[in-house]
Amino acid sequence: MKTIAELLREHPFFRDLAQADLEFIGGCGENAIYATGDYLARENEPADHFFVIRSGKVAVETYLPDRGPLCLQTLHDGDIFGWSWLFPPYVWTFDARALDEVHAIRLGGKCLREKCEGEPRLGFQLMKRFARIATERLQAARIQLLDVYGQSPPPQGDTW
Amino acid sequence: MIPRVYRIEHRREEYPGTFTLEMSADRGRPVTCDPGQFNMLYAFGAGEVPISISGAGRRDGLLVHTIRTQGLVTAALERLKEGEQLGVRGPFGQGWPLDLARDSDLLIIAGGVGLAPLRPVVYSLLDGRGRARRTQLYYGARRPEERLFRHELNQWGRAVSLVQSVDHADSDWPGHIGVITGPLQASRINGPETIAFVCGPELMMRFSIRVLLESGVPASAIFLSMERNMKCATGLCGHCQWGPRFICKDGPVFCYKDIQPWFQIRGL
Repeated sequence: MKTIAELLREHPFFRDLAQADLEFIGGCGENAIYATGDYLARENEPADHFFVIRSGKVAVETYLPDRGPLCLQTLHDGDIFGWSWLFPPYVWTFDARALDEVHAIRLGGKCLREKCEGEPRLGFQLMKRFARIATERLQAARIQLLDVYGQSPPPQGDTW
Repeated sequence: MIPRVYRIEHRREEYPGTFTLEMSADRGRPVTCDPGQFNMLYAFGAGEVPISISGAGRRDGLLVHTIRTQGLVTAALERLKEGEQLGVRGPFGQGWPLDLARDSDLLIIAGGVGLAPLRPVVYSLLDGRGRARRTQLYYGARRPEERLFRHELNQWGRAVSLVQSVDHADSDWPGHIGVITGPLQASRINGPETIAFVCGPELMMRFSIRVLLESGVPASAIFLSMERNMKCATGLCGHCQWGPRFICKDGPVFCYKDIQPWFQIRGL
């Protein structure tokens, strides 16, 4: 059976991280399996974990009173979920729901924060990786907002 | 250069504002077209528009065009019913270089109505005229119900591995939600041995090209279909000049390596 550090090494988020760092981080982690419909996180509840998705599909959702749950994005193997554990007040901003059986590594937020505070070099490594993912998701959200597939007016001066 | 008269045999609404016309030539033999080429469709009394061919000769020699209503002419085409006529000039332009895909992994990336000019590529793979070592189709759309060719997408699984992503969907949607570059980034692209055909909104193509280059796909193996204001379709009027090229004559399919210097120039 693989150790948490070995499983982390297989995930793109932790690619090229030193073995000692993986073992250090792995000390905060445990394997977790979620059945279809299970919630990994609920909006406004304490954000105590960070999820490394190994397989399965997760919907990042919010709830609208007149429309019910609204999916903003789906995450898959190779993705991560959750950075609310990084910043006060440490509560989830969105729901995360398993759309099929999800295998993940669940890393303790408090444990990770303490390790990063005590080991700033590793903290910076992780921050750079989170910043990259956050930037990619911001770019994706901006493109979604542009509604590029929607109806557009014909080229200027044309009658298309 | 004189339009041939075609008759609409079948008309299907793909989703509101986007429709497919299957047409037969009133006289003479149907024209042969390469995947990626386009025709000038003439709605009598309204005008002419360039529209990509979304299928040809597959069923009873019918010529197929998928059109999104954007202005006066496309609105006139939308009003045409089965049995009515329109004019067709073409085919024009350079299509997808399918022969280059023979010994490569073929990556097809389509966004919205951009799937229309790529469907003939899939048809070629399905009927054996075209060949690739492995084919993946990434299709991005606004919503599940705003996808083209929904009735046949799942049947393409025989020839291509299909990954779909939409901007918005209910929880029963089995595909991805988010931009198409997300699953593209997560896929294992064998960069040096991949050839990519890309068609969709220009912004989507820019971001897709970025992912492809990061994955090691050479600029010379990325092909994209461009759209500009085309009028004569023969490179004479200059309406569609783009850098030193004409979209109608030198394109609409271009190799990214050849157009890279002016692809990023704003307003060109």
